[in-house]
Amino acid sequence: MTTTTIEAVRPDRVRGRGAGGPSSTRTVVAYGFWIFILSDITMFSALFAAYAVLSDRTAGGPTASELINLRHVFVETMCLLISSYTAGIGALSAERRQPDRFLIFAALTFVFGAAFLIIEITDFADMLRVGAGPSRSAFLSAFWALVGMHGAHVTSGLLWLIYMVAQVVAKGLLPHVLRRLLCFSLFWHALDIVWVGVLTVVYLMGAH
Amino acid sequence: MQDGCEATPETARGSASRQSYGHRRSAWPRWLVLSAAMPVASCAQTGVLDPQGPVASAIRLLLINSTAIMLVVIVPVILATLAFAWWYRSSNVRAGHSEELAYEGRIDFVVWSIPALVVILLGGVTWIGSHQLDPRAPIAANAKPLQVDVAALDWKWLFIYPDQGVAALNQLVIPAGTPVSFRLTSANVMNSFFVPQLGSQIYTMPGMTTHLNLLADRPGEYPGISANFSGDGFADMHFIAKAVPTEAFDAWVAQVRGSGSALDMPAYAELAKPSIAVPPTTYRSVDPKLFERIVDRTALAPEKAGASENYCPPAPRAGG
Amino acid sequence: MLGKLSWSAIPFYQPLPLYAMGVVGLAILAVLIIITKKGWWPYLWEEWLTSVDHKRIGVMYLVLALVMLIRGYSDAIMMRSQQAIAIGGAEGYLPPDHYNQIFSSHGTIMIFFVAMPFVIGLMNFVVPLQLGVRDVAFPVLNSVSFWLTASGALLINVSLVIGSFARTGWMCYPPLSELAYSPDVGVDYYLWLLQISGIGTLFAGINMVTTILKLRAPGMTYFRMPVFCWSALASSILIVVAFPVLTATFAMLLLDRLVGTHFFTNDAGGNMMMYVNLFWAWGHPEVYILILPAFGVFSEVIATFSGKPLFSYRSMVLALLAICVLSFMVWLHHFFTMGASADVNAFFGIMSMIIGVPTGVKVFNWLFTMFRGRIVFKTPVLFSIGFMVTFVIGGMTGVLLAVPPIDFVLHNSVFLVAHFHNVIIGGVLFGALAGYNYWFPKAFGFTLDERWGKASFWCWIIGFYLAFTPLYVLGLMGMTRRLQHIADPSWRPLLLVAELGAIVVFFAILCQAMQLYVSIRTRESRRDLTGDPWNGRTLEWATSSPPPAYNFAVLPRVETIDAFWEMKRKGLGAARPAYEAIEMPRNSPLAFVIAFFAVVTGFALIWQIWWIAILGLLAILVAVMVFGWSEDRQREISAAEMARLERAQLGLGRPA
Repeated sequence: MTTTTIEAVRPDRVRGRGAGGPSSTRTVVAYGFWIFILSDITMFSALFAAYAVLSDRTAGGPTASELINLRHVFVETMCLLISSYTAGIGALSAERRQPDRFLIFAALTFVFGAAFLIIEITDFADMLRVGAGPSRSAFLSAFWALVGMHGAHVTSGLLWLIYMVAQVVAKGLLPHVLRRLLCFSLFWHALDIVWVGVLTVVYLMGAH
Repeated sequence: MQDGCEATPETARGSASRQSYGHRRSAWPRWLVLSAAMPVASCAQTGVLDPQGPVASAIRLLLINSTAIMLVVIVPVILATLAFAWWYRSSNVRAGHSEELAYEGRIDFVVWSIPALVVILLGGVTWIGSHQLDPRAPIAANAKPLQVDVAALDWKWLFIYPDQGVAALNQLVIPAGTPVSFRLTSANVMNSFFVPQLGSQIYTMPGMTTHLNLLADRPGEYPGISANFSGDGFADMHFIAKAVPTEAFDAWVAQVRGSGSALDMPAYAELAKPSIAVPPTTYRSVDPKLFERIVDRTALAPEKAGASENYCPPAPRAGG
Repeated sequence: MLGKLSWSAIPFYQPLPLYAMGVVGLAILAVLIIITKKGWWPYLWEEWLTSVDHKRIGVMYLVLALVMLIRGYSDAIMMRSQQAIAIGGAEGYLPPDHYNQIFSSHGTIMIFFVAMPFVIGLMNFVVPLQLGVRDVAFPVLNSVSFWLTASGALLINVSLVIGSFARTGWMCYPPLSELAYSPDVGVDYYLWLLQISGIGTLFAGINMVTTILKLRAPGMTYFRMPVFCWSALASSILIVVAFPVLTATFAMLLLDRLVGTHFFTNDAGGNMMMYVNLFWAWGHPEVYILILPAFGVFSEVIATFSGKPLFSYRSMVLALLAICVLSFMVWLHHFFTMGASADVNAFFGIMSMIIGVPTGVKVFNWLFTMFRGRIVFKTPVLFSIGFMVTFVIGGMTGVLLAVPPIDFVLHNSVFLVAHFHNVIIGGVLFGALAGYNYWFPKAFGFTLDERWGKASFWCWIIGFYLAFTPLYVLGLMGMTRRLQHIADPSWRPLLLVAELGAIVVFFAILCQAMQLYVSIRTRESRRDLTGDPWNGRTLEWATSSPPPAYNFAVLPRVETIDAFWEMKRKGLGAARPAYEAIEMPRNSPLAFVIAFFAVVTGFALIWQIWWIAILGLLAILVAVMVFGWSEDRQREISAAEMARLERAQLGLGRPA
């Protein structure tokens, strides 16, 4: 980042706001990553649109109400929400330069995120067993793509979390490590938001 | 060509740049004239500018009117661009100069108003025109509409006359003065049914039915094409739309019924195979369910139930 | 072991592409040999291939665009020639199988590998300089963006010799693009290479948005930003919102082809209309992504060469933002004929016209910028005037096509083809070439030759009108697009005129090549010693030509719009402010490595060589992780070194 040197800024000017000159690195990184997340949400919205269009095109195959197990979905949702909570505590711990506490909550985040994935993968395996795979019908293609894309993001998030934990252990809570943890937090919470969408559109509306 | 003036405002190299610009200046009108003359000289009215039915006529009128409305703005803008560029060239000492003119409210108001007014006008024209010329809207006329079902195959056009019980390939014979109501579909990929002189085109899509209404005012032969690229044989996917007097149409139907082969399901299966530049033929009879089966995609496998009719027992609840 | 790849992938039976590739291969080999013999590899590697400097990356984008212009043009002249010959019963020299690939690759290359890199390259080079900062927000990501785009370009050229390209047209509509009707690798090439370069473009958009919103010189509020930066912002917002839709759409088509899903298939509930909607939900913003920066270029050029501020700056900004928002509400006008109801068609038609209002406003404002100015006719100005005349005609035909009933008889005709070439050549290309001529001295330290530049302009504009006016007429006569042969012999004269136009365009490109060659050879006579060859108004002209790597030793304080003009008016301060140490990012091979493995992975995915694809993806992951672990990514330039560098610049005549 090349923003470390500017002339003395008048005290009433805020860095990064118009007249204040370039923002701090932390702001720029988080802002850019947030824009990336918005683009990712846009990609999800295209998949949501496809799902909305194709949701009743079951081609004589299984419908949503036949496949959805709301108990599993409830547990999945709770896992994800709790993992968001633990991620939040972890982020706070990191900001307060408490690496041990951070590591504990990172581990909890991983556990609950992995639990979400395990339940989802089990559900997918069951669907394959009864012939409700993605190539059965357009509805199922859209279902698998949307839910699967979210699951792929959760998987990437977990792998990223492992990498971040390794960085914290090896390097400590340096400024650039903290910036990346900030990005991870944004990512993880955004996945929660997308899941709320998936929960509503796919599972709650589909279960009727 | 010599270089223009230096970049700084103070220097003016007067005659040199004026001479070079003058040389450029004269090139413009020559090309405008030539390119205007070209379309006039090259060909008489055909296609869209030679409507042979009420739909095409209305569309041509819309085209001319919309163009005229916009030219009222476009032509002065183009002339003003060239005029301003010429008059305010830096070597022109007679031109007024105003380094600070960066905003004037009245000009701004006019600048936003002109396009807005044009768009409001054209918007109204669009709304009305779109509704009047909706392809699905039947055409009011004295005669009872003729029903024609159209299927785009690879790479030919099949026309089925459900009420007459005959079919034709790569030729569309219709009675002049009678509205024709089309139902259209495609067997394989997206095509577009289009007879430029009769009016609107409409996509033909597999598994779906689109609708179109056209009318030919007078007898004649009008070229028809597919207007959506569909593969190797696309360029040969043309047909003739032949409008004939009503009695001639009835005679044609009778003649078709008496000759040619039957378009039953096995014959259709043969026809559906990819072929290019197929000469026009007719069929003395056609399976009454052929069009529906092309639409629901059961035409090639008559024994099997269609995909939508496949029944799967309800899957056991995933996860127990 | 090797998926679908085999020797039969190389089209030995089709000599034309093999000869073409042979020639290209020899040219590439010649270049590589020259570089090796002159010992330029270390320089190229350190200064260009691993550079994260936005200026270098911008130049590389432009080089990519200009090289691919030649490939895209070759496709064009082949198409024009085929259509000039294959009339009546004649078959021409390109069988349908080949012709269909050519028009598909022509569109794909021109949009994704000429127009996009050109526009993104200009934004990359100019925006940080105009904002008065040292680089974009994420320099390493910037280089990744470029190299991923280059990967896509490499793959589309590989498709010429190994396998084939898509035969579906550049939009790749299903069902034609589904496995049933396009079983070979052509569509896979299309989808995978565009996914790869699409990621690059998305990152570029994110980078540019962050830079413009968060990195500006002190004092530069939003309404003191140059208009080009506003246009870059609008275009980049469009990239961020539109490209993910394309990614998702292509992912769905890929799933259909690879896994057997039914998003767009003819059976099991697939819906091809959804592809059309999703594609154009990206596709319409895409054309505004291309044109908005061109509008920005014209604003800068016309203002600078009229010696006046841009007329009604706020209206121009409002118009840009209005176009940005409205561009998401018009997509259906690309398929009025798909059978939507009159209400729906009319709505989108009217929205498409409404978007013409801010565009019209901009044209008027350019007119009033010229009004009472003192216009200097340099090459960029010629392109601007040519644009204003040509683009309004294209806009008019666009509004005509936006009336649904009119579109019903002109959709997919060559009238449509003429319209979009009208706005893309008259708008995007002229803007790109104006920007190229305008900012070339800033990038390289000497101006381009004016005579050859003007010659290229005249060839472009004459070639354009000759090539496309006949197409407007032919469209009205009923000629549809993508025809491998023409049935009606009466169309021959017009098609020959169109062919002539394409030949004139060849001379335009030749003039550009000559311009570059002559300019380099005679560069000493056209050195830009002041950094400000055009009496510019914006901050990029406050640096030397070329600027130092860090752009500004001390970030300028901005107090007005047209900051540099104001600084000149007040007299540039003689006092030298105290330098402070700065940090600049180090170069990094990460982007090149990622791109290398992206090509390998892409090729493997196309040919379904799964083990190579997996290894390639892993390699990319490892490269990113290794880079993520590295520490020493910045280098410090001390205050003393800054002073030394600045003194050296002064010796070259940098403005005080």
